[in-house]
Amino acid sequence: MNKPKLVLIGNGMAGAKLLEELMISCPEQYDITVFGDEPYGNYNRIMLSPLLAGEKTLDEIMIFDRQWYHEKGIELLAGEENFIKKIDRVNKRVVTINGKFTHYDRLIIATGSKPFILPIPGTDLNGVMSFRDIADVENMVSAANTHKKAVVIGAGLLGLEAAMGLCGRGMEVTVVHNNDIPLNRQLDQESGELLKTALSERGLMFKMNAHTQEILGDESGQVNKIIFSDGSELETDLVVMAIGIRPNFKLAQDSGIHCEKGIMVSDTMQTYDPSVYALGECIQHRGDTFGLVAPLYDQARVLANQLSEHGVAVFETLPTATKLKVTGINLFSVGDFLGNEHTEYLIYRDKQQGIYKKIVVQNNTIKGVVLYGDTQEGAFYNELMDNKTDLTALRPFLMFGRALCEDQVPSAFVNDKTANTLSVAI
Amino acid sequence: MNSNQHSATQSVNKTEIKHTTCAYCGVGCGIKAEVNPAKRTVNVIGSDQHPANYGRLCSKGSALGHTISTDGRLLEPEINGQQVDWNTALDTVANGFSDIIKQHGPDAVAFYVSGQLLTEDYYVANKLMKGYIGSGNIDTNSRLCMSSSVVGHKRAFGLDTVPGCYDDFQQAELITLVGSNTAWCHPVLFQRIKQYKQDNPNVKIVVIDPRKTQTCDIADLHIPLNLGTDVWLFNGLLNALNEQNKVNHEYLDQHCQGFENSLQAAQASSGNLNALADTLGVPAQDLQTFFDLFCQTEKSITLYSQGVNQSSSGTDKVNSILNCHLATGRIGKPGMGPFSMTGQPNAMGGREVGGLANTLAAHMDFNDDSIDRVQRFWDAPNMATQPGLMAVDMFDAIDEGKIKAVWVMATNPVVSLPNADKVKAALEKCDLVVVSDCIADTDTARLANVKLPATGWSEKDGTVTNSERRISRQRGLFEKAGNAQHDWWIINEVAKRMGFDSGFNHTNQADIFREHAALSAFENSDAEGHRLRDFDLSNLQTLSDEDYETFEPIQWPINAEFPEGRDRFFSQGGFFTPNRKANLLGITPKLPVNLPTNDYPLRLNTGRIRDQWHTMTRTALASQLNQHISEPFVEINTENAKQLNIQANDIVSVKSKWGEMLGRVVINENCKPDTLFAPMHWTQVLSKQGRINTVVNPEVDPFSKQPESKHTPVNVSQFSAQWHGFVLSRHTTAWPEVDYIVSAKGKQHNRLELVHGTALNNPTQTMLAWLGFDNEQQVSEQGLELLSYQDAESGLYRLALINEQGALQAVTMIAPHQNLPERTWLAAQFEKESLNKRARNALLSGYAPAGEDIGRIVCACFSVGEKTIEAAVKSGCCSAEAVGDQLKAGTNCGSCVPEIKEIIGQMDLGT
Repeated sequence: MNKPKLVLIGNGMAGAKLLEELMISCPEQYDITVFGDEPYGNYNRIMLSPLLAGEKTLDEIMIFDRQWYHEKGIELLAGEENFIKKIDRVNKRVVTINGKFTHYDRLIIATGSKPFILPIPGTDLNGVMSFRDIADVENMVSAANTHKKAVVIGAGLLGLEAAMGLCGRGMEVTVVHNNDIPLNRQLDQESGELLKTALSERGLMFKMNAHTQEILGDESGQVNKIIFSDGSELETDLVVMAIGIRPNFKLAQDSGIHCEKGIMVSDTMQTYDPSVYALGECIQHRGDTFGLVAPLYDQARVLANQLSEHGVAVFETLPTATKLKVTGINLFSVGDFLGNEHTEYLIYRDKQQGIYKKIVVQNNTIKGVVLYGDTQEGAFYNELMDNKTDLTALRPFLMFGRALCEDQVPSAFVNDKTANTLSVAI
Repeated sequence: MNSNQHSATQSVNKTEIKHTTCAYCGVGCGIKAEVNPAKRTVNVIGSDQHPANYGRLCSKGSALGHTISTDGRLLEPEINGQQVDWNTALDTVANGFSDIIKQHGPDAVAFYVSGQLLTEDYYVANKLMKGYIGSGNIDTNSRLCMSSSVVGHKRAFGLDTVPGCYDDFQQAELITLVGSNTAWCHPVLFQRIKQYKQDNPNVKIVVIDPRKTQTCDIADLHIPLNLGTDVWLFNGLLNALNEQNKVNHEYLDQHCQGFENSLQAAQASSGNLNALADTLGVPAQDLQTFFDLFCQTEKSITLYSQGVNQSSSGTDKVNSILNCHLATGRIGKPGMGPFSMTGQPNAMGGREVGGLANTLAAHMDFNDDSIDRVQRFWDAPNMATQPGLMAVDMFDAIDEGKIKAVWVMATNPVVSLPNADKVKAALEKCDLVVVSDCIADTDTARLANVKLPATGWSEKDGTVTNSERRISRQRGLFEKAGNAQHDWWIINEVAKRMGFDSGFNHTNQADIFREHAALSAFENSDAEGHRLRDFDLSNLQTLSDEDYETFEPIQWPINAEFPEGRDRFFSQGGFFTPNRKANLLGITPKLPVNLPTNDYPLRLNTGRIRDQWHTMTRTALASQLNQHISEPFVEINTENAKQLNIQANDIVSVKSKWGEMLGRVVINENCKPDTLFAPMHWTQVLSKQGRINTVVNPEVDPFSKQPESKHTPVNVSQFSAQWHGFVLSRHTTAWPEVDYIVSAKGKQHNRLELVHGTALNNPTQTMLAWLGFDNEQQVSEQGLELLSYQDAESGLYRLALINEQGALQAVTMIAPHQNLPERTWLAAQFEKESLNKRARNALLSGYAPAGEDIGRIVCACFSVGEKTIEAAVKSGCCSAEAVGDQLKAGTNCGSCVPEIKEIIGQMDLGT
C-alpha cells in the first residue's frame, strides 16, 4: 500500500473544507497529514463572533474534532510545535519549527491570513489585540470581566461583531472607523446609517471618520488611551484592531513560490510549483484576494476535484454575499452595490421597520444588492446575479421577491426536476 | 347592567320590517327592509310577495343599505353656498320665480324633474307649473328614457298604455329583446326570463342589439344590426308576416286601421331580404331565422328599451314594433305583446301625472277639452294651454336666455343630457338655478344658486309605478335626515309663497294621492260609459290614510270594472283613439341624423353598466358597486384598435363635434367594427373628463324629442400618457393637477385613478403632496410611517403611509404604462386594523403575498374575485352553477353569471 502523500499546511476553514471534499471524492487516494498551529481540531472561524457574544460554546463551533481526523485516517499535527518553518521543494518535504520533516507528493498551502495591525506606536501594549482566533476571544472575554471600556478599530464585519460581543459582555464600546459609513465595504450611505442607528440603540458608540495616530499605555504597559489625528482622544482599557487581513504567504514566498499580494494560483489552484497547491485567504487568483468563506469553499471544491484527478473544475471568482452575525441585525450585500454612472437603482424603503433594499442594475442584469432589515431574498438576487439573468420581464416584480416573480413571470423559471423546485432560467 | 341601560340597549338593537320598493330601474322590485331606526341602518332583501321580483334583487338593489349614510347628503338649504333656514330658501325660490314670471311671463321659468320623484311629488310639481304658473315648461329626465315609447303608444293606441305585464315574459314562447342589455339594466327581469328559459328549453330568445352584451348569454340568436337600423328590421318582419300569411286579418279588420299603409312602407324599405341583410349588416340567414321564428310563434313578446327609444327615429322604431304585434293580433294576451322596459323607478308615475312637457295631466293632452277639464278640477288660475319645452329644447332656451329660472329636482342634467357642456354653460348663465337633491355635491348642484335638501330613498314616502303599470308604495324607513324635506312639501311651500293659497294645502302624501286618483277619474267616461282614458284610479279616490299606508302593489286601472287592477289591454281592441281602433303606421326608415364623416368616422353608442345607475350619485356611494367597473371606459373593436394602434387599458380620447371625453379602452369583439360603446354614468364629480354626454350629439326624435344618445359620429385617439397611476387613501385627498382623474369610493378608502400627459419633475415629492404632505418630515410629525419604492429608470414610483397602529392610510403608485397592479388586494388592506408583516412587506408590490389575491371583483353581491373563481374552476367547478355552489358567486342577483361563464370558457380554451 503505497499511496501518494498529501500534506496540508493550515487547518483553518479552507483546509478543513478541502479535507471534507476529499473524503467525499477520493477518501482512499491519499495518505494525508495536516499541520495546524492552533491546538484544536477544526473550528468554524466565522462563528467566533457568536462565541464572543456567548451565544455559542467552543464545542458548538467545532467542525471536525480530533476524533474525526482519526476516523478518516488523517494525521493531524496541531499546536504551535507543529508550525511549519520551511518548505523544501527540492526534496518535496516540509519542516516544522522543531525540525521535523514530512515528505509530500502533493502539498497544499492554506496558511490563511494575518490580521492587519496599524503601523503606529503602541500596538504592542497589553490590551491591544486582534480578533482572529480562539485565543483572541479568550483574551477579550477575560478583559470584559475585568475592564470597563473598549475601543474597536474598524467598523467592518469583524469589528462590529467584536464590538457587539464586547458590548454584550458589559463593556462600554466605541467603534472607531476611518469612513463615515460603517461596513462601507458592504453598505451604502443609507443602509450604513440604518445600521449605525440600530447598533447605537443597542449601546454601541461610534467615532466615525477617525484616524488613529497612537495608542498609549500606563507604566505597567497596559493600554489606557487612543489619540487620533485630529488631536482628540479616547480612554480605553482594551483595543481590538479589526481593520482587515493580509494574506499569510510568507512561508510560500520564503520557499520561492511566486507571490504578489498572495500566493499566485491558477484556475485549478495550482501554484507555480506543479506539486504545490494553495487555497484560501493566503492566495491571489486573477488579482483577487479573499476574506469571506464562500469563495474559499468553492476553491476547496475545485481543488478536491483536481486532486481526485477528475480534473474538470476551475475556480471563478463570483460576487460573494456577506452577512453580519449580530443577532437581530439582518443585512445582505453582494456585488457592486454602489454602482456607477451606467447603473440603475431599484430602491425600497420602510424606515420604521428598519428596511432598506437596493438593487443595482446594469444592462438589465443585477450588478449588486444591498439588503438591510429584510434579507430574505438575498439568495434569489445572488442567483440572478450569478446567472446574469436578463431582468426585462422580472424587473417590475424583482424587489418583492422570488414568489411574486414566479407568479408573474413563470417563464423566467425552469422546473428543476431533480430538486423538485424552480430554478432561474439562464 | 341596570335596567335603564338594558332598555336602552334593547331599543338600540330593535329592528322592524318594512316593505318598500327599490330606488333604481323601472322593474320596481319590492323590498323587505329590516330597519333599525336607532342606528339608522337597514338590511334589504327582495320581497317574496312582490309580483315584480318575487324575492329577487339585483346588485344595485341589494346594496341600497350602503347608500343611506348621511355623509355627502345635502342636509340644509343653501343660497350661493351659504347655509340658510327653510323660510329664507323657500322665499328666495318663490320670489325669484314670481319676479321672473312677472317680468318675462310664465314661459320664462321651467322645472326639470325626474323619474325618481314619487308620484305625489310629481303631481304637485306638474300642477304648479301647468295650472298655476301657467306654462307647459315642466319636463323630466324620462324624456331621455322612454318618451319615444310614450309617443309610439299614443300614436298606435291613442294613449300611453302599456298593454302587457311581466307575467307575459313567463308565458311567451318567443322572447325578442330589442335594444336592451337586460342582463345589466333590468337584471331581475333578465333573471326571471333566464329561469323561465332554463325550465322551458323550447322557449326561444332572440337578442337584437348592435353590441354583443351579457344579455346574449341566454340568446338562441343574436342579431347585431347596424346602429339605428331597427325600423328596417321590423318593417322586414312585417313584410315576412304578410308573406307567411301570419297577419291576423280578423283582428285588423275589427280593431285596427292603417295596415295597408304600413305594409306598403315595409315592402318599400325592406322587401328584399338580401338588401335588408346588407342594410342591417347581418347574415340574411339569421334574419330569415328570426322572421321564421316570429312568424311561427304565436306567443311572442317583444321587449325593448333605450336602444329603441334613444334615437332620432325612436318613435318610428316603437311603432314599427307595435305594427308587427297589431298585425298579428299578438297583443294583450298571455305571453303576447310589445313591452317597453322603463329605466326609472317612477318614469311611469311621471307619465301618469303628466309630468312631461307635451302631456297635460292624468293621461290627458293639451287639447281644449282636457285643458278645460283639468282647469276645472284644479280650479287653476293660470292654465297652460300648450306643450312646454322638452328637455333638450328647454336647456337650449335657458342657453338663449329665454328661460331665466329653472328648478331641477332629483336629477343631474349636466351629466345626462346630450351636448352636456352646453347644458352646463346654459346653467352657468341662468339667472336662477334651484336644485332639490338629496346629495350635496352633484355636477348640477355645483351650478345652483339655491340648493334645497330633499329626502332620499329610505326617507321618501309615497307611490311609484313600474314598467307593468303596477303602483307600489315606496315607504319611509327612517326619519328625514337633517333638515331635509319631502319634495312635495317643498313644492307646496314654494307654491303657497308664490301666492297660490289654495291647491297646495295637502296634509300628507295620501292626500295628494287621493287628488291624483280623483283627477284620473274626473269626467272619464263617454255617453256609453266607456272609459275615455286608460289611466283610471277611480276606486282609490277615497283611499283612507290607513289604506294608503298598507297599500299593496296593484296594476292600474283600478276602477269599478277592474277593482283588483288589470293585467292586460287590447286583446279585444278597445283602443283609446276616437274610433277605438289602433293605428298601424306606414314607416319609412331613417338613418341617424349625423352620419360618420372623414373627421368623425366612428359611431358612438352609449349605455349603462351592471352596478351603476344613472349619474352614480347614489350607487357610487356603495363601495361594492364600484368594484366591477370603476372607471369610464370605451369599448372598441379589435380591428379598430389595431388600426389606431391602441392597446388594452390605454386612455383614449373620444371626440365629436360637440365635445371630448377620456376613458380607458376595452378591446373586444362586442362592438361591430367602426362602432364604440361608452357608459353614460360618469360625472365631473367622479371624473375629470369622463362624461360621455359631452360628446353625444343633441339630435332628437321629431315626435318624442328624445335624444339620439345611441349614435354620434366620433373619432378616437390614444391619449398620449406619460404616466399612469392611482391613489388609494383612507382620507379624501384633493384632486391633483392631472389630465385624467377618476374617483371611486371603496371600503374605508377612496380611490383616484390618474393619467397624465407630461412627466412628473420630482415624482416622490409630487406623490407625497397628493397624499397631503410637503415632505417626509411632516409625515413623521403626524406619527405616520412612509414606505417607498422606486425604479427611476423604469419610471416606477410607489409610496404608502401606515399609521402607528399599523393601519394602511394611503398608497399611491405610478408607472409609465398602464400595467399597474390590480387595486383589489391593496384596497382590501384598508379594511384591516393593522397590516401584518407579510402584508406590509408585500404592500408596495401591489400583489398579495402568494395565494391571497382574489383578483378583480366579478360578483358584487358576495365580493368574489376573478382569481378565486379561476381557482374554483381549476379545482373542478366546470359550470356557473358549480362555481355558485362553491363560492356563492352569481347566486344572488345572478347578473355576473355570464361573466363567470366567460371565465370558464376562457380557461377551457387555455387548457
